[in-house]
Amino acid sequence: MALQSGETLAMLVGNIWSKPRSRYWTLLGLRLLAFLAAAAATLVMALNKQTKTFVVGTIGTTPLKLTLTAKFQHTPAFVFFVIANGLVCMHNLVMIMVDLVGSKFDYKGLRFPMVAILDMLNVALVSGGANAAAFMAELGKNGNSHARWDKICDKFGAYCDRGGGALIASFLALAFMLLISFISILKLVNSSSHCSVSHNNN
Amino acid sequence: MAESKRIFTFLLRFIAFCTTLSAAIIMASSREKTTVLALSVEAKYSDTPAFKYFVIVNAIVSIYGFLILFLPSKSQLWRLVVALDAVFTMLLTSSISAALAIAYVGKEGNPNAGWLPICDQVRKYCNQVKGALIVGFISLILYILLFLYSVHKALNPLLLEKS
Repeated sequence: MALQSGETLAMLVGNIWSKPRSRYWTLLGLRLLAFLAAAAATLVMALNKQTKTFVVGTIGTTPLKLTLTAKFQHTPAFVFFVIANGLVCMHNLVMIMVDLVGSKFDYKGLRFPMVAILDMLNVALVSGGANAAAFMAELGKNGNSHARWDKICDKFGAYCDRGGGALIASFLALAFMLLISFISILKLVNSSSHCSVSHNNN
Repeated sequence: MAESKRIFTFLLRFIAFCTTLSAAIIMASSREKTTVLALSVEAKYSDTPAFKYFVIVNAIVSIYGFLILFLPSKSQLWRLVVALDAVFTMLLTSSISAALAIAYVGKEGNPNAGWLPICDQVRKYCNQVKGALIVGFISLILYILLFLYSVHKALNPLLLEKS
């Protein structure tokens, strides 16, 4: 499978991957998986809440109780996480709709560039959200002895577990979005090399 | 026209390299030792994994930026530069987002978790971290512009007519 003269790597990959049926269903399947992962991450984090009652002392014989709640809204990083994953969810839903029922619209030639650019933007968004939440979760799990911030995961174990599950789902969505973005860029390269004159050296 | 475009992108890449390098250096050199209530408190960037990640990512991206400056402009490797630019822009996004999250907790605290803000005790450290984050944000914007430009040059996504 050596490259012939004048053939670029993108055209070679496009020729190998030339069965349009399986490529179509691959992309659709990946988008569905990314949508499900991002939706799972959003929902699990958005419904993440734990209330716990602590006994902080006794007056005579009656114990003093203190009720504390751990919610995701307390941390701005988790709010950003929920919003970012929600947006990625919406994006994948819209793209699935476009793939299934959008073949009759006139995109004026902008369909492939817009899909590729939007996919790249969403990869950046979900990576930012997942990373911020990951570092905040590490802070909550281990604390920071230099700043005298106690860890909270020993007290609110279920909150931490659910948050960890949402993080794993979000990183899975990130991996799927990377693959989808790669495939969209390949589609863009193939379509532009078919439609326009050769543009390999400028 | 092509010559001025080349010079402009070279200059932009050089400025992006300078900003990532200075973000890494400013964050790595932030250190302060004060005494609070007869206890000596030292704040370094390496106390927090998020800041360590920020320094490491900016160092990697500045090495990449330095090597890219030497790529001759007629080479076919500019197509590889598209993929590498994408990867490094994503890394920069994630690093600055993580560092911002932790720096926000350091500045405002989190009263629900019982975490007090530390910025009023180690003011100089906080200001230096703030400066490093601002420079990191500028470098992220520059790298996004460079990435969009290299996508446009190598892939011609808007299918402009060749004149």
